[in-house]
Amino acid sequence: MLPNATLIGEMIAFAILIWFCVQFIWPHLNKAIEERQLKIAEGLDAAERARAELRDADTKVAAEIKVARQQASEIIDRAQQQANQILDKARADAIGEINRLKAAAQDDIASMAQRAREELREKVGALAVQGAAKIVQREIDPATHKALLDQLAAEV
Amino acid sequence: MASEPHGGLTEYISHHLKHLTPHANPEGFWAVHIDSITVSLVLGVLFCLWFWMKARKATAGVPGRGQAFAEIVLEFVDGQVKDVFHGDRRVLGPLALTVFVWVFLMNAMDLLPVDLLPWITEKFGIGHFRAVPTADTSMTFAMSLTVLILIIFYSFKAKGFSGYMNEMFTAPFGKHPLLWIPNFALNLVELLSKPVSLAMRLFGNMYAGELVFMLIAGLFSAGSWLLYGMGIVGYTVWGIFHILIISIQAFIFMVLTIVYISMAHEHH
Repeated sequence: MLPNATLIGEMIAFAILIWFCVQFIWPHLNKAIEERQLKIAEGLDAAERARAELRDADTKVAAEIKVARQQASEIIDRAQQQANQILDKARADAIGEINRLKAAAQDDIASMAQRAREELREKVGALAVQGAAKIVQREIDPATHKALLDQLAAEV
Repeated sequence: MASEPHGGLTEYISHHLKHLTPHANPEGFWAVHIDSITVSLVLGVLFCLWFWMKARKATAGVPGRGQAFAEIVLEFVDGQVKDVFHGDRRVLGPLALTVFVWVFLMNAMDLLPVDLLPWITEKFGIGHFRAVPTADTSMTFAMSLTVLILIIFYSFKAKGFSGYMNEMFTAPFGKHPLLWIPNFALNLVELLSKPVSLAMRLFGNMYAGELVFMLIAGLFSAGSWLLYGMGIVGYTVWGIFHILIISIQAFIFMVLTIVYISMAHEHH
């Protein structure tokens, strides 16, 4: 039997119904599907990003720890060097001071001995003049015989 | 077709309400409704194949459109089950999914033009063909009686034989021996009303929907262009409205199935 008017009418209505579904129902389903896909994609992305960030942070932390450790050892080295330098300098200073003091003391001793010798010489000179005066029984003019006396004193 | 002038609307409708049965047994117990069985099986197989395909190719990454749709349906059904039933959902979840999708697909056959499938089958010499299995009491009762069996099975499983019998005879009135019979009678009515209401609700809605489609289709052969146009408008409007009905009926069937089975798990 050929399709009759009833079937044709129903088919037209069916076509409109399909159009309605395509127009008003399918977009909603589609949106739900797309939203779901997007949400899942975003979630996976976020997880991947977080994982990458964690990895980055881990490597950064490791690098920083390494740098810190290096710096610490450098500081320790420098401190040790400085301590050694200070020690060396102190030692050198002390030796210098000792030498200086020794030299000063030697100078003192030398000058004191010199002075003592001078004094002695003068005293001997005077004593010699006195002795001579006594022997000669007259006054020797110290001024006239100064050169003589000085020579005498220098010979003592 | 039965909408020929000599038959009129009554014959058109009564023709459409006849199921396809074997020639050998047009009446009685063996008058199997071949049309209901065929359509429901085809739809059931389609549903299983499609979900199986999507499940097999399922990825934990960004899903394709098909997988996303399957997931939306699955999540929706699982959410309904989770709301009602607090226990192991490994059986009830798939059961609810099957009920929902299968009933929905069978209901959706109502949206096809009433005369389309019969017109096609007529080419192969088959006169009667009803496309909507859920507008057939055999189909709806088949499902609701399966649900009844599951209710009884889970009642025994959750409460044990003695526990269930104890409940059947002592609730809701009390433990007195004189009350055993009224208790049991009431519980039996309660139990049996579940499959009857399940099946009749679905059948009634789908049968009525189909009937309204046929009545509107009667306008097409009324012999006036005005009525023809009204027929198209009416058919379309009823079809759009029917999208709501088939979804709601599938949803109700699923939810009530879940509720009944989860009630079987609960103690009074």
